[in-house]
Amino acid sequence: MAIALPAESAPRPHKIDLSWPILVLFSAVLVVLIVLPMSWLFYYSFVDRTGAFTLGNFRTLVSDQSFVDPLITTVILATSSSIFCCLVAAPMGWLVARTDMPLRRTVRALVTASFVTPPFLGAIAWELLAAPNSGLINKAWRAISGMPQDEYLFNIYSLPGLIFVVSCYTFPYVFVLIANALDRIPGDLEDASSVLGGRTWTTARRVTIPLALPALLAGALVAFLQAMTLFGSPAILAIPAGFHTMTTKIWSLFNYPPKPELAAAASIPLLVLTIALLRAEHRILGRRGYSVVGGKQGDPRLVRLGWLNWVALAFVFLVLMCPVFLPYGALLNATFSRVATTLIWFDNFTLHNIHFVFFELSATKLAVQNTFILGVWSATVGTIMALIIGYLTTRRAIAGHRTLGFLATAPVAIPGIVLGVGLFLSYARPPFVLYGTLWILFLAFVTIALPAAYQQMQSAFRSVHTDLEDAGRILGATRLRTLRDITAPLLRTSVLATWCFIFVGVIRELSAAIMLFTSETKVISVLIFDLNESGDLGAISVLGLLMLAITFSVVIAVNRIPGFGGVRLRNT
Amino acid sequence: MQRRPFTRRGVLKASAGAVAGALAATQVKAAAPEPAAVTPALIEAAKKEGKVVWYAAMDLPVSERVARSFEAKYPGIAVRIERTGSERQFQRLAQEYTAKIYAPDIINASDAAHFVAWKRNGWLAPFVPEEVARFYPPEHRDADGLYATSRVYVSSLGYNTNLVKAEDAPRSFMDLLHPRWLGKMVKAHPAYSGTIMTATFQIARELGWEYFEKLGKQKVLQVQSSVDPPKKLALGERAVMADGNDFNVIQFKEAGQPVEVVYPAEGAPLIVCPNAVLKAAPNPNAARLFQSYLFSREGQQALCDFAAQHSAHPQVTEKPGRTPLAKIKVMKDDPVAVEAQAEEIKARYSKYFGV
Repeated sequence: MAIALPAESAPRPHKIDLSWPILVLFSAVLVVLIVLPMSWLFYYSFVDRTGAFTLGNFRTLVSDQSFVDPLITTVILATSSSIFCCLVAAPMGWLVARTDMPLRRTVRALVTASFVTPPFLGAIAWELLAAPNSGLINKAWRAISGMPQDEYLFNIYSLPGLIFVVSCYTFPYVFVLIANALDRIPGDLEDASSVLGGRTWTTARRVTIPLALPALLAGALVAFLQAMTLFGSPAILAIPAGFHTMTTKIWSLFNYPPKPELAAAASIPLLVLTIALLRAEHRILGRRGYSVVGGKQGDPRLVRLGWLNWVALAFVFLVLMCPVFLPYGALLNATFSRVATTLIWFDNFTLHNIHFVFFELSATKLAVQNTFILGVWSATVGTIMALIIGYLTTRRAIAGHRTLGFLATAPVAIPGIVLGVGLFLSYARPPFVLYGTLWILFLAFVTIALPAAYQQMQSAFRSVHTDLEDAGRILGATRLRTLRDITAPLLRTSVLATWCFIFVGVIRELSAAIMLFTSETKVISVLIFDLNESGDLGAISVLGLLMLAITFSVVIAVNRIPGFGGVRLRNT
Repeated sequence: MQRRPFTRRGVLKASAGAVAGALAATQVKAAAPEPAAVTPALIEAAKKEGKVVWYAAMDLPVSERVARSFEAKYPGIAVRIERTGSERQFQRLAQEYTAKIYAPDIINASDAAHFVAWKRNGWLAPFVPEEVARFYPPEHRDADGLYATSRVYVSSLGYNTNLVKAEDAPRSFMDLLHPRWLGKMVKAHPAYSGTIMTATFQIARELGWEYFEKLGKQKVLQVQSSVDPPKKLALGERAVMADGNDFNVIQFKEAGQPVEVVYPAEGAPLIVCPNAVLKAAPNPNAARLFQSYLFSREGQQALCDFAAQHSAHPQVTEKPGRTPLAKIKVMKDDPVAVEAQAEEIKARYSKYFGV
């Protein structure tokens, strides 16, 4: 029996589905962002100054002591910071997620504060606090204990000092992963344990902690990578102490006469190590990425600490002193003090630094403007890209979505300074001369932000059921239209969180910017770094606090401090 | 390429003698352009451009002060300063020019060797402000009228008077090698600072590289800019500075901070800082107006008074209580030799100091 289908008689007006053009477009964009710079990087690492093929650069890398030493230092720095971060972040994450310790929300917010604090700013603040002779803590200790003038409690200009400061601003990564994992461990398993007679501590030891271990491992790896690829803190603390890490070494190769071939070659170990570690992490965690523990969210069982609450709280606030309270205090003090490392009192209070930065320093206005433009545009474009790519991959909307997902995640394996070198080598030459414009910084910032933004959007999409989208499609809307009218509004919170995440990331970025800026395209982070090299600590403090004020007000205005990305997103 | 006989040997004697015989030095070489006066037309054209970009490897408070006084004299022309160390600036300019980015209008460096290189590259514009032609001694202006000396100072030693008694303070470079200063000194870097590049060259020439080899074992706090050691002294972060500059120490001392300058017995390295208009200046008129202002008696006097540096302008007077340059024992500068050896100096330095 034949049934006449209405569609045959009255064909639906043809709507153009933009899927394919978008796939092509996005792939092309990602190729420009990632493949081109990395190709130039590889090319340069294998040529000498005349352009002839050589392995000489790598030979120098492994035989010259001035390259071997930084490599060893970097490994020590990254390993120690990673261990240190885990030792601090694991108990803190557990306390916040799994116990009835008071002020848990405050603690999370303060960890967020240490996350958005640029590590280089933290390093400068710690110079004010723990420089061996003039540091505020050392001076206070001398006053209390009567220690002689030429002895000190802490010396921040040392490898242990550097490890400490790097850890201060890396532990939030570990904390979030662990707190997240613990948040999502189903209460049922713990209930089962207690039904079977396990006491609170037995349950924690035998159920909760083992379930959180993969997250800890992932955290350790992330911390290792962060510490390894950081540029600002070592430049500020290691060079005065007379040693290099790989990142500062690479950067120093751009001193006159620049040696881009050696810089490219020296970038390769960082790149290879990062990829190897990410592979390892992937293998450990399986295909679930950062979501360590699946399953439905049951109410987590909170461990009652009783009188230990006070011990726990003391521990947590002692930890938070290091990245937040002490450095912020030191910066505030330096802002209003005539001598940066003298405590403010009536006789040395001054507004000179503020006046200098806002009315004398002619670089301020342009730097603030550039930073703001780059922050807003990178965050907007990055979020839109992450949104679209996240949609295409989670909904498997088009063939080739895997490739797209891979490309969007790939930059995670490129350390900022390596990307900076790669972009410089690619875009300071014809046919694409972007060096000297904000575009090259924009490319760098979007590339750096994309992997994390994409992962956030991806997990957000997973939490939205496809029913509504299907309804939209059945009613004749294109994919783009459903995305715009249905899915995106549902994801508003996640989209805003991702936007903030990128914005904050751009504001605090230094390692790629330091390779790519020109005088016209300076950003605040580079300006602060410049001022540090001439020792203008008062001006740095003002700019640093301005930077934090911009960051916090934007984050608060847009979204009332989300638990930076991951935490909130998974709860939506 | 054959270089012109450009030597700064005997600059000390020259600058001392300059005050006496300045007016004799009005003879301008044939290659230099006609001296240019500040005409209403120039001011008008500069105001139309409305801004000027100055790459200045100078202490930021000093250069910003000069910029603000220029802005006060010529309202409507905003000066934007791009500050970094001379050696970094040298690399930056080359990198930007290679990418065909022409941002700066005028440029100042504390490594005079850079002007030798820029002149050879043809990057500098011939421009001789009237006062330069009339008053500046020949050894303080380029024969082809491409640049002139904007300021002179020395890289000195210094100490914090709270931490070191006057009688214990080091008197010479060689004193710094004494074990008592182990871990107590701060020092700037020749791959960043033009002052330190110039000073390192002069010290190595006079005392030999063994001096730096030994100093490298003294665990110095290695900062970058030559303006930072005086700041670290004032903070009390280190007791003694092994190099840096004298003018910051003098400024701090006059402001009541516990620091004191020491001019080393062997002689203090002489730092001569030229300033030039760039040929590719995006604001050529404002550039020329600024150059004229900077080298005028007014501009030079303001610079010297505030910054505690010295001027090649013979009419500029030293503030009472400050040591005139003629009274300081200095080493001889030699930009041409510095240019030839810069790369080697940096390499040797990082060998001895680790960074």
